[in-house]
Amino acid sequence: MQKEFAVSADQMLAFDTDCHLFDGCGFNEVSPGLHSFVFKPIANVGGVDINKTMLLAVLGTVAILWFFWAAFSKPKIVPGKLQMIGEAGYDFIRRGIVYETIGKKEGEKYVPLMVSLFFFVWVMNLWSVIPLAQFPVTSIISYPMGLALIVYILWVGLTFKRHGFVGAFKNFTGYDKSLGPVLPMSMTIEFFSNLLVRPFTHAVRLFANMFAGHLLIVMFTIATWYMLNGIGIAYAGVSFLMTIAMTAFELFIQAVQAYVFVLLACSYIEGALAEHH
Amino acid sequence: MIALVHQAAEEQNPLVPPIPELVIGLVAFAIVFFFLWKKLIPNINKVLEQRREAIEGGIEQAEAAQEEAAEVLKQYKDQLAEARHEAARLRSEAQEQGATLIAEMRAEGQRQREEIIAAGHAQIAADRKQAAQALRQDVGKLATDLAGKLVGESLDDHARQSRTIDRFLDELEEKAEAAR
Repeated sequence: MQKEFAVSADQMLAFDTDCHLFDGCGFNEVSPGLHSFVFKPIANVGGVDINKTMLLAVLGTVAILWFFWAAFSKPKIVPGKLQMIGEAGYDFIRRGIVYETIGKKEGEKYVPLMVSLFFFVWVMNLWSVIPLAQFPVTSIISYPMGLALIVYILWVGLTFKRHGFVGAFKNFTGYDKSLGPVLPMSMTIEFFSNLLVRPFTHAVRLFANMFAGHLLIVMFTIATWYMLNGIGIAYAGVSFLMTIAMTAFELFIQAVQAYVFVLLACSYIEGALAEHH
Repeated sequence: MIALVHQAAEEQNPLVPPIPELVIGLVAFAIVFFFLWKKLIPNINKVLEQRREAIEGGIEQAEAAQEEAAEVLKQYKDQLAEARHEAARLRSEAQEQGATLIAEMRAEGQRQREEIIAAGHAQIAADRKQAAQALRQDVGKLATDLAGKLVGESLDDHARQSRTIDRFLDELEEKAEAAR
Protein backbone atom coordinates (compact mmCIF):
# COMPACT_ATOMS: atom_id res chain seq x y z
CA MET A 1 0.00 0.00 0.00
CA GLN A 2 1.36 3.43 -0.94
CA LYS A 3 1.71 6.24 1.56
CA GLU A 4 -0.83 9.01 1.07
CA PHE A 5 -0.40 12.76 1.36
CA ALA A 6 -1.17 14.14 4.79
CA VAL A 7 -4.44 15.52 3.50
CA SER A 8 -5.77 14.12 0.29
CA ALA A 9 -8.96 14.93 -1.53
CA ASP A 10 -10.97 12.01 -0.25
CA GLN A 11 -9.71 11.64 3.33
CA MET A 12 -8.84 13.86 6.26
CA LEU A 13 -6.27 11.61 7.88
CA ALA A 14 -3.00 10.47 6.40
CA PHE A 15 -3.48 6.82 7.22
CA ASP A 16 -5.78 3.90 6.57
CA THR A 17 -8.31 3.94 9.42
CA ASP A 18 -9.16 0.27 8.87
CA CYS A 19 -5.64 -0.87 9.70
CA HIS A 20 -5.41 -2.32 13.20
CA LEU A 21 -3.13 -4.46 15.32
CA PHE A 22 -3.78 -8.26 15.15
CA ASP A 23 -5.56 -7.78 11.80
CA GLY A 24 -2.55 -8.73 9.76
CA CYS A 25 -1.80 -5.08 9.07
CA GLY A 26 1.65 -3.78 9.99
CA PHE A 27 2.26 -0.43 11.69
CA ASN A 28 4.68 0.45 8.90
CA GLU A 29 1.66 0.79 6.61
CA VAL A 30 0.15 3.60 8.72
CA SER A 31 3.14 5.06 10.55
CA PRO A 32 3.81 8.77 10.03
CA GLY A 33 6.88 9.91 8.21
CA LEU A 34 8.12 12.56 5.83
CA HIS A 35 4.86 12.27 3.91
CA SER A 36 3.07 13.66 6.99
CA PHE A 37 4.67 17.01 6.21
CA VAL A 38 3.56 17.22 2.60
CA PHE A 39 0.05 18.41 1.91
CA LYS A 40 -2.03 18.23 -1.17
CA PRO A 41 -2.87 21.70 -2.50
CA ILE A 42 -6.24 22.98 -1.37
CA ALA A 43 -6.41 25.81 -3.91
CA ASN A 44 -4.47 27.40 -6.71
CA VAL A 45 -3.98 31.14 -6.65
CA GLY A 46 -2.31 32.63 -9.72
CA GLY A 47 -0.46 29.44 -10.56
CA VAL A 48 0.76 28.91 -6.98
CA ASP A 49 -0.57 25.88 -5.16
CA ILE A 50 -1.90 26.84 -1.75
CA ASN A 51 -1.56 24.12 0.86
CA LYS A 52 -2.52 23.77 4.51
CA THR A 53 0.79 25.17 5.82
CA MET A 54 0.44 28.35 3.80
CA LEU A 55 -3.13 28.78 4.97
CA LEU A 56 -2.03 28.36 8.59
CA ALA A 57 0.81 30.86 8.08
CA VAL A 58 -1.65 33.43 6.77
CA LEU A 59 -4.19 32.73 9.52
CA GLY A 60 -1.43 32.95 12.14
CA THR A 61 -0.36 36.32 10.75
CA VAL A 62 -3.96 37.52 10.95
CA ALA A 63 -4.22 36.23 14.52
CA ILE A 64 -1.05 38.05 15.61
CA LEU A 65 -2.16 41.26 13.95
CA TRP A 66 -5.64 40.96 15.44
CA PHE A 67 -4.27 40.43 18.94
CA PHE A 68 -1.76 43.27 18.86
CA TRP A 69 -4.23 45.56 17.15
CA ALA A 70 -6.80 44.87 19.85
CA ALA A 71 -4.20 45.28 22.57
CA PHE A 72 -2.09 48.22 21.34
CA SER A 73 -4.05 50.22 18.76
CA LYS A 74 -5.76 52.39 21.36
CA PRO A 75 -3.66 51.84 24.47
CA LYS A 76 -4.67 53.36 27.77
CA ILE A 77 -2.65 54.41 30.77
CA VAL A 78 -4.80 52.11 32.86
CA PRO A 79 -4.72 49.00 30.64
CA GLY A 80 -7.58 46.66 29.79
CA LYS A 81 -7.15 42.90 29.91
CA LEU A 82 -5.85 42.43 26.36
CA GLN A 83 -3.51 45.38 26.67
CA MET A 84 -2.19 44.00 29.95
CA ILE A 85 -1.43 40.61 28.37
CA GLY A 86 0.12 42.31 25.34
CA GLU A 87 2.24 44.51 27.58
CA ALA A 88 3.42 41.51 29.58
CA GLY A 89 4.55 39.76 26.36
CA TYR A 90 6.10 42.92 24.98
CA ASP A 91 7.92 43.67 28.20
CA PHE A 92 9.14 40.09 28.46
CA ILE A 93 10.88 40.36 25.10
CA ARG A 94 12.06 43.91 25.60
CA ARG A 95 13.49 43.61 29.10
CA GLY A 96 13.95 39.86 29.36
CA ILE A 97 15.78 39.35 26.07
CA VAL A 98 16.78 42.53 24.22
CA TYR A 99 17.94 44.65 27.17
CA GLU A 100 19.63 41.63 28.73
CA THR A 101 21.71 40.79 25.66
CA ILE A 102 22.19 43.93 23.55
CA GLY A 103 21.64 46.47 26.31
CA LYS A 104 19.08 49.21 26.68
CA LYS A 105 20.84 51.92 24.69
CA GLU A 106 21.83 49.91 21.60
CA GLY A 107 19.01 47.41 21.82
CA GLU A 108 16.00 49.73 21.81
CA LYS A 109 15.75 49.93 18.02
CA TYR A 110 15.78 46.15 17.63
CA VAL A 111 12.86 45.69 20.03
CA PRO A 112 10.13 45.77 17.32
CA LEU A 113 11.98 43.17 15.25
CA MET A 114 12.52 40.87 18.22
CA VAL A 115 8.95 41.20 19.46
CA SER A 116 7.69 40.40 15.94
CA LEU A 117 10.08 37.46 15.63
CA PHE A 118 9.08 35.97 18.97
CA PHE A 119 5.34 36.18 18.46
CA PHE A 120 5.55 35.10 14.81
CA VAL A 121 7.61 32.02 15.67
CA TRP A 122 5.55 31.23 18.73
CA VAL A 123 2.19 31.41 16.96
CA MET A 124 3.49 29.38 14.02
CA ASN A 125 4.71 26.78 16.53
CA LEU A 126 1.44 26.93 18.41
CA TRP A 127 -0.53 25.68 15.40
CA SER A 128 0.84 22.26 16.32
CA VAL A 129 -1.65 21.86 19.16
CA ILE A 130 -4.57 23.96 17.91
CA PRO A 131 -7.46 21.55 17.19
CA LEU A 132 -8.19 20.97 13.46
CA ALA A 133 -4.97 22.78 12.45
CA GLN A 134 -2.59 20.52 14.40
CA PHE A 135 0.43 21.23 12.29
CA PRO A 136 3.37 23.46 13.22
CA VAL A 137 4.05 25.84 10.36
CA THR A 138 7.69 26.06 11.49
CA SER A 139 8.17 22.33 10.77
CA ILE A 140 8.44 23.37 7.13
CA ILE A 141 12.04 24.57 6.78
CA SER A 142 11.06 27.55 4.59
CA TYR A 143 9.60 29.51 7.48
CA PRO A 144 12.49 29.22 9.96
CA MET A 145 14.94 29.70 7.11
CA GLY A 146 13.29 32.92 5.97
CA LEU A 147 13.42 34.32 9.49
CA ALA A 148 17.00 33.16 10.05
CA LEU A 149 17.93 34.80 6.76
CA ILE A 150 16.54 38.16 7.91
CA VAL A 151 18.55 37.92 11.12
CA TYR A 152 21.65 36.79 9.22
CA ILE A 153 21.53 39.68 6.75
CA LEU A 154 20.92 42.11 9.60
CA TRP A 155 23.84 41.08 11.79
CA VAL A 156 26.31 40.63 8.93
CA GLY A 157 25.33 44.05 7.58
CA LEU A 158 25.67 45.56 11.06
CA THR A 159 29.13 44.07 11.46
CA PHE A 160 30.37 45.70 8.25
CA LYS A 161 28.70 48.99 9.11
CA ARG A 162 30.14 49.11 12.61
CA HIS A 163 33.68 47.81 12.01
CA GLY A 164 34.45 48.41 8.32
CA PHE A 165 35.67 45.66 6.03
CA VAL A 166 38.84 44.67 7.93
CA GLY A 167 37.17 45.03 11.30
CA ALA A 168 34.26 42.90 10.16
CA PHE A 169 36.64 40.24 8.90
CA LYS A 170 38.41 40.22 12.25
CA ASN A 171 35.02 40.06 13.96
CA PHE A 172 33.86 37.08 11.87
CA THR A 173 37.10 35.18 12.31
CA GLY A 174 37.66 35.97 15.99
CA TYR A 175 41.06 37.48 15.18
CA ASP A 176 43.31 37.36 18.27
CA LYS A 177 47.09 37.72 17.97
CA SER A 178 47.77 35.99 21.27
CA LEU A 179 46.68 32.68 19.71
CA GLY A 180 50.00 32.58 17.84
CA PRO A 181 50.49 29.61 15.52
CA VAL A 182 46.95 28.32 16.10
CA LEU A 183 45.52 31.55 14.72
CA PRO A 184 45.08 30.49 11.06
CA MET A 185 43.23 27.34 12.05
CA SER A 186 41.13 29.17 14.63
CA MET A 187 40.25 31.85 12.09
CA THR A 188 39.22 29.27 9.51
CA ILE A 189 37.00 27.45 11.97
CA GLU A 190 35.46 30.66 13.28
CA PHE A 191 34.84 31.92 9.77
CA PHE A 192 32.92 28.82 8.79
CA SER A 193 31.21 28.57 12.14
CA ASN A 194 29.97 32.14 12.14
CA LEU A 195 29.16 32.80 8.52
CA LEU A 196 28.07 29.42 7.21
CA VAL A 197 27.05 27.14 10.07
CA ARG A 198 25.40 29.73 12.27
CA PRO A 199 22.44 30.70 10.02
CA PHE A 200 21.91 27.04 9.20
CA THR A 201 21.78 25.94 12.86
CA HIS A 202 19.67 28.96 13.72
CA ALA A 203 16.98 27.84 11.27
CA VAL A 204 17.38 24.09 11.71
CA ARG A 205 17.25 24.22 15.51
CA LEU A 206 13.72 25.58 15.34
CA PHE A 207 12.69 23.49 12.36
CA ALA A 208 13.97 20.18 13.77
CA ASN A 209 12.38 20.71 17.17
CA MET A 210 8.98 21.38 15.68
CA PHE A 211 9.39 18.65 13.09
CA ALA A 212 10.28 16.05 15.71
CA GLY A 213 7.59 17.26 18.08
CA HIS A 214 4.91 16.97 15.45
CA LEU A 215 6.16 13.54 14.39
CA LEU A 216 5.97 12.32 17.99
CA ILE A 217 2.43 13.56 18.51
CA VAL A 218 1.25 12.06 15.22
CA MET A 219 3.07 8.83 15.98
CA PHE A 220 1.34 8.34 19.32
CA THR A 221 -2.01 9.45 17.93
CA ILE A 222 -1.91 6.97 15.07
CA ALA A 223 -0.51 4.24 17.32
CA THR A 224 -3.42 4.74 19.71
CA TRP A 225 -5.87 4.16 16.90
CA TYR A 226 -3.83 1.31 15.38
CA MET A 227 -3.64 -0.66 18.65
CA LEU A 228 -7.33 -0.24 19.44
CA ASN A 229 -8.14 -3.92 18.87
CA GLY A 230 -8.61 -6.75 21.39
CA ILE A 231 -5.91 -6.83 24.08
CA GLY A 232 -4.27 -3.96 22.23
CA ILE A 233 -6.71 -1.56 23.97
CA ALA A 234 -4.40 -1.60 27.00
CA TYR A 235 -1.44 -0.56 24.82
CA ALA A 236 -3.65 2.02 23.15
CA GLY A 237 -4.39 3.55 26.58
CA VAL A 238 -0.68 4.01 27.26
CA SER A 239 -0.18 5.45 23.80
CA PHE A 240 -3.08 7.84 24.37
CA LEU A 241 -1.57 9.04 27.64
CA MET A 242 1.68 9.60 25.76
CA THR A 243 -0.21 11.68 23.20
CA ILE A 244 -1.52 13.90 25.99
CA ALA A 245 1.91 14.12 27.63
CA MET A 246 3.63 14.93 24.34
CA THR A 247 1.06 17.62 23.56
CA ALA A 248 1.72 19.26 26.93
CA PHE A 249 5.45 18.93 26.36
CA GLU A 250 5.05 20.47 22.90
CA LEU A 251 3.34 23.51 24.41
CA PHE A 252 6.46 24.02 26.50
CA ILE A 253 8.89 23.36 23.64
CA GLN A 254 7.03 25.77 21.34
CA ALA A 255 7.55 28.66 23.74
CA VAL A 256 11.13 27.65 24.52
CA GLN A 257 12.09 27.41 20.84
CA ALA A 258 10.56 30.79 20.07
CA TYR A 259 12.49 32.21 23.02
CA VAL A 260 15.75 30.56 21.94
CA PHE A 261 15.34 31.76 18.36
CA VAL A 262 14.98 35.38 19.51
CA LEU A 263 17.70 35.06 22.14
CA LEU A 264 20.14 33.82 19.49
CA ALA A 265 19.11 36.60 17.10
CA CYS A 266 19.85 39.12 19.86
CA SER A 267 23.15 37.54 20.74
CA TYR A 268 24.24 37.63 17.05
CA ILE A 269 23.40 41.32 16.87
CA GLU A 270 25.17 41.94 20.14
CA GLY A 271 28.25 40.18 18.71
CA ALA A 272 28.07 42.33 15.59
CA LEU A 273 27.94 45.53 17.64
CA ALA A 274 30.63 44.50 20.14
CA GLU A 275 34.03 46.13 19.83
CA HIS A 276 36.04 42.93 20.18
CA HIS A 277 34.49 39.63 19.49
CA MET B 1 -1.32 8.34 -8.36
CA ILE B 2 2.16 6.94 -8.90
CA ALA B 3 3.23 10.15 -10.55
CA LEU B 4 1.93 12.16 -7.61
CA VAL B 5 3.78 10.02 -5.10
CA HIS B 6 6.92 10.26 -7.17
CA GLN B 7 6.64 14.02 -7.19
CA ALA B 8 5.99 13.98 -3.43
CA ALA B 9 9.09 11.88 -2.85
CA GLU B 10 11.15 14.48 -4.67
CA GLU B 11 9.79 17.18 -2.40
CA GLN B 12 10.22 15.11 0.67
CA ASN B 13 13.72 16.22 1.65
CA PRO B 14 12.63 18.27 4.65
CA LEU B 15 15.78 20.42 4.58
CA VAL B 16 15.15 21.74 1.09
CA PRO B 17 12.92 24.77 1.45
CA PRO B 18 9.93 25.00 -0.91
CA ILE B 19 10.23 28.44 -2.52
CA PRO B 20 6.52 29.49 -2.41
CA GLU B 21 6.45 28.87 1.32
CA LEU B 22 9.67 30.82 1.80
CA VAL B 23 8.06 33.77 0.04
CA ILE B 24 4.80 33.50 1.95
CA GLY B 25 6.67 33.18 5.25
CA LEU B 26 8.76 36.27 4.53
CA VAL B 27 5.76 38.30 3.41
CA ALA B 28 3.70 37.23 6.44
CA PHE B 29 6.53 38.13 8.78
CA ALA B 30 7.10 41.43 6.98
CA ILE B 31 3.44 42.36 7.52
CA VAL B 32 3.59 41.52 11.23
CA PHE B 33 6.87 43.38 11.62
CA PHE B 34 5.65 46.42 9.69
CA PHE B 35 2.55 46.93 11.86
CA LEU B 36 4.37 46.36 15.11
CA TRP B 37 7.32 48.52 14.09
CA LYS B 38 5.43 51.46 12.59
CA LYS B 39 2.30 51.66 14.67
CA LEU B 40 1.68 49.31 17.55
CA ILE B 41 4.99 49.37 19.41
CA PRO B 42 5.39 53.18 19.18
CA ASN B 43 1.79 53.34 20.46
CA ILE B 44 2.44 51.22 23.49
CA ASN B 45 5.80 52.87 24.18
CA LYS B 46 4.08 56.24 24.32
CA VAL B 47 1.52 54.97 26.79
CA LEU B 48 4.16 53.24 28.91
CA GLU B 49 6.06 56.52 29.03
CA GLN B 50 2.88 58.40 29.97
CA ARG B 51 2.16 55.85 32.66
CA ARG B 52 5.67 56.20 34.06
CA GLU B 53 5.23 59.98 34.14
CA ALA B 54 1.79 59.64 35.72
CA ILE B 55 3.20 57.43 38.45
CA GLU B 56 6.16 59.73 39.05
CA GLY B 57 3.81 62.75 38.97
CA GLY B 58 1.61 61.01 41.53
CA ILE B 59 4.60 60.47 43.76
CA GLU B 60 5.62 64.10 43.39
CA GLN B 61 2.09 65.23 44.25
CA ALA B 62 2.06 62.99 47.28
CA GLU B 63 5.38 64.44 48.38
CA ALA B 64 4.07 67.98 47.94
CA ALA B 65 0.93 67.14 49.91
CA GLN B 66 3.05 65.67 52.68
CA GLU B 67 5.21 68.79 52.81
CA GLU B 68 2.13 70.98 52.96
CA ALA B 69 0.65 68.86 55.72
CA ALA B 70 3.88 69.13 57.70
CA GLU B 71 3.89 72.88 57.25
CA VAL B 72 0.27 73.18 58.35
CA LEU B 73 1.01 71.04 61.38
CA LYS B 74 3.94 73.27 62.25
CA GLN B 75 1.76 76.37 61.89
CA TYR B 76 -0.90 74.80 64.03
CA LYS B 77 1.59 73.89 66.72
CA ASP B 78 3.05 77.39 66.64
CA GLN B 79 -0.40 78.88 66.99
CA LEU B 80 -1.21 76.52 69.83
CA ALA B 81 1.97 77.43 71.66
CA GLU B 82 1.26 81.13 71.11
CA ALA B 83 -2.28 80.70 72.39
CA ARG B 84 -1.00 78.90 75.47
CA HIS B 85 1.51 81.63 76.06
CA GLU B 86 -1.17 84.29 75.65
CA ALA B 87 -3.50 82.49 78.04
CA ALA B 88 -0.77 82.27 80.63
CA ARG B 89 0.00 85.94 80.20
CA LEU B 90 -3.68 86.87 80.56
CA ARG B 91 -3.98 84.72 83.63
CA SER B 92 -1.00 86.31 85.36
CA GLU B 93 -2.23 89.74 84.33
CA ALA B 94 -5.67 88.98 85.76
CA GLN B 95 -4.03 87.79 88.95
CA GLU B 96 -2.06 90.99 89.20
CA GLN B 97 -5.08 93.09 88.47
CA GLY B 98 -7.09 91.16 91.05
CA ALA B 99 -4.41 91.68 93.67
CA THR B 100 -4.24 95.38 92.91
CA LEU B 101 -8.01 95.62 93.06
CA ILE B 102 -8.15 93.87 96.41
CA ALA B 103 -5.44 96.12 97.79
CA GLU B 104 -7.24 99.21 96.52
CA MET B 105 -10.54 98.04 97.98
CA ARG B 106 -8.83 97.32 101.25
CA ALA B 107 -7.28 100.79 101.31
CA GLU B 108 -10.60 102.35 100.44
CA GLY B 109 -12.35 100.41 103.19
CA GLN B 110 -9.70 101.48 105.66
CA ARG B 111 -10.07 105.08 104.60
CA GLN B 112 -13.85 105.00 104.85
CA ARG B 113 -13.65 103.35 108.24
CA GLU B 114 -11.29 106.01 109.49
CA GLU B 115 -13.51 108.70 108.06
CA ILE B 116 -16.52 107.26 109.80
CA ILE B 117 -14.61 106.96 113.07
CA ALA B 118 -13.31 110.50 112.72
CA ALA B 119 -16.80 111.78 111.96
CA GLY B 120 -18.06 109.92 115.02
CA HIS B 121 -15.38 111.45 117.20
CA ALA B 122 -16.13 114.93 115.94
CA GLN B 123 -19.86 114.39 116.54
CA ILE B 124 -19.17 113.17 120.07
CA ALA B 125 -16.86 116.08 120.79
CA ALA B 126 -19.42 118.54 119.45
CA ASP B 127 -22.20 116.92 121.50
CA ARG B 128 -20.03 116.92 124.58
CA LYS B 129 -19.11 120.54 124.10
CA GLN B 130 -22.75 121.47 123.63
CA ALA B 131 -23.68 119.40 126.66
CA ALA B 132 -20.94 121.01 128.72
CA GLN B 133 -22.13 124.45 127.56
CA ALA B 134 -25.70 123.64 128.47
CA LEU B 135 -24.59 122.18 131.78
CA ARG B 136 -22.52 125.21 132.63
CA GLN B 137 -25.46 127.53 131.97
CA ASP B 138 -27.74 125.31 133.98
CA VAL B 139 -25.26 125.05 136.85
CA GLY B 140 -24.76 128.84 136.80
CA LYS B 141 -28.51 129.43 136.78
CA LEU B 142 -29.11 126.90 139.54
CA ALA B 143 -26.33 128.33 141.65
CA THR B 144 -27.60 131.88 141.16
CA ASP B 145 -31.16 130.82 141.94
CA LEU B 146 -29.93 128.97 145.04
CA ALA B 147 -27.86 131.93 146.13
CA GLY B 148 -30.82 134.26 145.46
CA LYS B 149 -33.07 132.19 147.66
CA LEU B 150 -30.39 132.18 150.34
CA VAL B 151 -29.84 135.91 150.06
CA GLY B 152 -33.42 136.65 149.51
CA GLU B 153 -33.20 138.67 146.41
CA SER B 154 -32.56 138.01 142.81
CA LEU B 155 -28.95 138.01 141.92
CA ASP B 156 -29.49 137.19 138.34
CA ASP B 157 -28.60 140.43 136.73
CA HIS B 158 -25.72 140.96 138.95
CA ALA B 159 -24.33 137.58 138.57
CA ARG B 160 -24.70 137.87 134.86
CA GLN B 161 -23.01 141.22 134.86
CA SER B 162 -20.19 140.24 137.03
CA ARG B 163 -19.64 136.85 135.44
CA THR B 164 -18.73 135.52 138.82
CA ILE B 165 -20.17 132.15 138.21
CA ASP B 166 -18.27 131.68 135.04
CA ARG B 167 -15.04 132.53 136.69
CA PHE B 168 -15.84 130.16 139.51
CA LEU B 169 -16.58 127.36 137.16
CA ASP B 170 -13.41 128.02 135.20
CA GLU B 171 -11.46 127.82 138.37
CA LEU B 172 -13.13 124.55 139.21
CA GLU B 173 -12.28 123.21 135.86
CA GLU B 174 -8.68 124.30 136.16
CA LYS B 175 -8.45 122.63 139.54
CA ALA B 176 -9.95 119.47 138.19
CA GLU B 177 -7.51 119.48 135.36
CA ALA B 178 -4.62 120.13 137.65
CA ALA B 179 -5.75 117.32 139.89
CA ARG B 180 -6.05 114.90 137.03
